[in-house]
Amino acid sequence: MTLDTTTDEILQLAAQHFKVPRAQLRPDDDFFKKLGINSLQVLDLLTRIEQHFHIELPDYELQGVTDFRTLAERIQSRL
Amino acid sequence: MNNFRGKTLSWHVADGVVELVLDRAPCNEIGLETLGELEHFVASLEPLARESHALIISSARQEGFCAGADLRELYRESQPLAREDRLIRVRDFLERIHHVMNALDDAPLTTIAAVHGVTFGGGFELALTCDLIITDKMARFCFPELRLGLIPGFGGIPRLKRDLGNAVVRDLLLTGRSINSTKAQSVGLVSQVAAEGDALRVARATAAQIGKFDRDTAIAAKRFIKPIPYEELRREIDIFCDLFTRPAVEAGLRRFVESTDALPYLP
Repeated sequence: MTLDTTTDEILQLAAQHFKVPRAQLRPDDDFFKKLGINSLQVLDLLTRIEQHFHIELPDYELQGVTDFRTLAERIQSRL
Repeated sequence: MNNFRGKTLSWHVADGVVELVLDRAPCNEIGLETLGELEHFVASLEPLARESHALIISSARQEGFCAGADLRELYRESQPLAREDRLIRVRDFLERIHHVMNALDDAPLTTIAAVHGVTFGGGFELALTCDLIITDKMARFCFPELRLGLIPGFGGIPRLKRDLGNAVVRDLLLTGRSINSTKAQSVGLVSQVAAEGDALRVARATAAQIGKFDRDTAIAAKRFIKPIPYEELRREIDIFCDLFTRPAVEAGLRRFVESTDALPYLP
């Protein structure tokens, strides 16, 4: 799976769950701002990502991560 | 008392099952008010157990089962106090919550935590008092206490150590990371994982199955295989109190309370 594919799947997942049109989401978007989510909802997103990609992603690896592309890189390193 | 509706929780009995429902915004943080109502519940356990065979603990909050101790209240209440008085106050709270947790652990009922969403710190410790933990797919478990310079104080580590391998306990405690329900089931913490939003339904079906067995046998089996680690629980209170008055803890609590970080829940 390429980084672009992973990024695209995250954007699909986020759009579907947080009810944001997929076309409005870009890889470099700040997902806190774009999705309007708080810390509890980030945990929710993390759980959905772990289930979708069948990985474990320790939440400390998300510290400082705010955009979809960097999130995809963290996921790539666990695939 | 078969029914109770308080400010932070309620309970009722249906089909021989006591259902204790946590309901305090934002995510059932355990402060003095919840503690008082939990004490009221455990004082009512004996009469409830005479006409019931199971207890289900769940949350009415969408955010999750329970986010743990009410750290904002803890900080607010302890701030005006001198060091010695802080220690007296926190030890009193710990003694009271341990009494509640031990009573739940030892309840003459088969107990089930029906868990979804955030199950952190004291919420995780509450779930650990139960005989079975049933989650939905979105549950997350975490002991974030080390980021505050503390250890879990509601009996979590001795109970986790009773139930799981020491390496898993060290992983959760020393990294402060959260794990999802799939991982929690794979290490033996969770007995069943339900579809999203279905943990309570599965817990009720499990409670109905449990009701088919002889109560005295079930209680004898529970007490045989689930001893309460009293000595370690006492040591936990002492260690927590030793750590609590250090400046690092006050700084950690202040950081949490005053945080505008988008991820205050993440260790």
